[in-house]
Amino acid sequence: MSNAVAHADHGHAHHPALQHHFDTLAQQKEAAVIGMWLFLLTEILFFGGLFVAYMIYRIWYFEAFAEASRRLSLFWGGLNTAVLIGSSLTMALGVRAAQTNNRKWTVNWLILTMLLGCVFLGVKVIEYQDKFANYEVPGQNYNWLYHEQHSAGGEHAEGAAPAAAEGHRQLRMTPEQLQNTTQIYFSLYFTMTGLHALHMIIGVGLMLVITWMAWKGKFDAEWYTPVEMSGLYWHFVDIVWIFLFPLLYLVERHQ
Amino acid sequence: MLDTLKIPQRHYLNAGHSLKSWLLTKDHKRIAIMYLLSISVMFFLGGLFAVGVRLELATPQGDFVSADTYNKFFTMHGVIMVFFFLIPSIPAVLGNFLIPPMIGAKDLAFPRINLLSLYIYWLGGLFTLAAMVMGGVDTGWTFYTPYSASASNTHIIPTALGIFIAGFSSILTGLNCVVTIHRMRAPGMTWFRLPLFVWAHYATSLVQVLGTPVIAITIVMLFVERAFGFGIFDAARGGDPVLFQHLFWFYSHPAVYIMILPALGVQSELISAFSRKRIFGYSFVAFSSLAIAVFGFIVWAHHMFVAGISTYAAMVFSFLSFSVAIPSAVKMFNWSATLYKGAVSFDTPMLYAYGFMGLFAIGGLTGLFLATLGVDVHMHDTYFVVAHFHYIMVGGAIMGYLGGLHYWWPKITGRMYSEFFSRVSAITVFVGFNVTFFPQLVVGYLGMPRRYHAYPDEMQVLNVMSSAGATVLALGYVLPVIYFLWSLNYGPVAGPNPWGASGLEWQMQSPPLPENFTEVPEVTHEPYEYEHIVAKETHLV
Repeated sequence: MSNAVAHADHGHAHHPALQHHFDTLAQQKEAAVIGMWLFLLTEILFFGGLFVAYMIYRIWYFEAFAEASRRLSLFWGGLNTAVLIGSSLTMALGVRAAQTNNRKWTVNWLILTMLLGCVFLGVKVIEYQDKFANYEVPGQNYNWLYHEQHSAGGEHAEGAAPAAAEGHRQLRMTPEQLQNTTQIYFSLYFTMTGLHALHMIIGVGLMLVITWMAWKGKFDAEWYTPVEMSGLYWHFVDIVWIFLFPLLYLVERHQ
Repeated sequence: MLDTLKIPQRHYLNAGHSLKSWLLTKDHKRIAIMYLLSISVMFFLGGLFAVGVRLELATPQGDFVSADTYNKFFTMHGVIMVFFFLIPSIPAVLGNFLIPPMIGAKDLAFPRINLLSLYIYWLGGLFTLAAMVMGGVDTGWTFYTPYSASASNTHIIPTALGIFIAGFSSILTGLNCVVTIHRMRAPGMTWFRLPLFVWAHYATSLVQVLGTPVIAITIVMLFVERAFGFGIFDAARGGDPVLFQHLFWFYSHPAVYIMILPALGVQSELISAFSRKRIFGYSFVAFSSLAIAVFGFIVWAHHMFVAGISTYAAMVFSFLSFSVAIPSAVKMFNWSATLYKGAVSFDTPMLYAYGFMGLFAIGGLTGLFLATLGVDVHMHDTYFVVAHFHYIMVGGAIMGYLGGLHYWWPKITGRMYSEFFSRVSAITVFVGFNVTFFPQLVVGYLGMPRRYHAYPDEMQVLNVMSSAGATVLALGYVLPVIYFLWSLNYGPVAGPNPWGASGLEWQMQSPPLPENFTEVPEVTHEPYEYEHIVAKETHLV
């Protein structure tokens, strides 16, 4: 709280975005930045509970996690990782454009970010659809063996021992144990990626509002805090995925 | 002198009279008033369920209600009191009203988020009340799996969603408070000139911000298990029900400090103001609040000593639980030292403060019994535990809340309540509380388990005492409602500083202007400089 700064800024303090209870735009922006980082901290703790559960069960049931992880598509997962990292780049460029008073490109980059977000969600729909089709959603209809019995053309599915269908890997868990413990993996998979997707949907909604505001010319080099805050949120959601991808898709792919 | 006092022409209460001017307000003071009304409704609703519990326990046989109904009574009592009364009580009412003026600000950093938090609280309350109307919940406020995940067929999902939603209200209140204290302080208001009430709220807010998301994710995991048949806590599929307990208490133990820390802050203000003396050991009291918040996060498993956790983990958690007693005791000793040779008075807020010290001491010391591993095996899930946490939650948090409400009521409304009836209520609450809960300590030590609707005949005397005390306690809680409402129209005009207290909030008019101060105050003094105030007063006389 330096008085000198407060007085120096008073000359051009009547910016339309300045709220009545702040002295300066700088103070208003600092408050927003601290608030946003605190909010992201709550998000870390929110996802943190799931990561704790993941850690415990991955140690207990490593084999089940490795086997179930192989049921996810590396192609779709890898593609989505690339899409999200790309969207973080377009988001950062959007913030940069807002910072340099470039209204046209602020809007363009934000729209591109939204589109990439929608691509991510579309891919997630394809992946979820595959899990539903293969009875890999935990609950009453969950069937660990369905996938093996109906894949690879199914010519040797009849009468084949389930362990043989796992290829050359020797598993210590029985199919019954896998039927149970892989459900825990998929419970975590759906909860974690589901909540992540929910955050993406909220992010796209947020971006719609910000794009509209940018289009209306509400931001300038002096005040573009909402763009920057949405950027922080978007990057956070991106980083959550950077953790989810290796934890869920790459458990033991080298074998 | 009293005759010359008048309610000012313009203040936050008459800044608009329409319903819209209240529901769409961004004024932290009006939002605090709406919180006050909401949590009061919840308090008396939660109290009704307590009446049901005490009526059932007046006789050893389970004859008033069925066992299932009794389960719902204590569950709804706990859910409403914890999540919809105690957690928002002081932070959302007194904190909301007082933190901006105490640091010399016009409002909280995010006024719209402040209003949003109130609406979120209402939405969460609606879900939980809807669940109650549909038939209630019977799991206990702790929602332990596997019972909550599959066996119970009561309305767990809407209740849990209500708690999930209300949690965001608590997060937003805490977040707003932290940012406000960091960025909205008036010139000269350094960190070590902050009133201790503000320090306590800073610590509380950190707990709200860091702890509440964990209960949110725990509820999500419970929700997907109950609604979709996922298996994160399902032992039949290799899941671990004890993991639920860990996650639940990772929030719910720190939540105890969300409830008690603000009351400790109120206490520091009261003790200093009514002994006309600078608080003893300011920085120790300030940092003990932070220490309690930090320790609060690393003691959660003391709720689980008999849940099958490792002996070594239990030993560590037992040791850490003992260490929470240190910062708590620092506060108690500093308050006592402040009282020592002070010009102590017996105004109503101070009566609550005296009561608080006695009850908080008993509540804290019985906590040490329970932190002791061997003793806890005997005491776990008995009425001793129930009495212990009621000494902290009711004897501590509610006494602090009521003390604060009586202290700042003239600031909030501009008028004084009846001094006689308020003293009667303070004494009634204190007596009623002890008659209710002291017998529970004894009956729990004798082995009466909690959450049962029937008990052996020889425990009846103590239970009847407890039920009778609860009646007195209820009377003590109804009285303030009457004289507070009376004071709104008929109370004598209080003036800006009826207690001659220090602190920026007493420099505002009562009731304050919508913008709090006409000019941003410049702070040049330490807090609690009562020696100057007393010198000035004696000089005037």
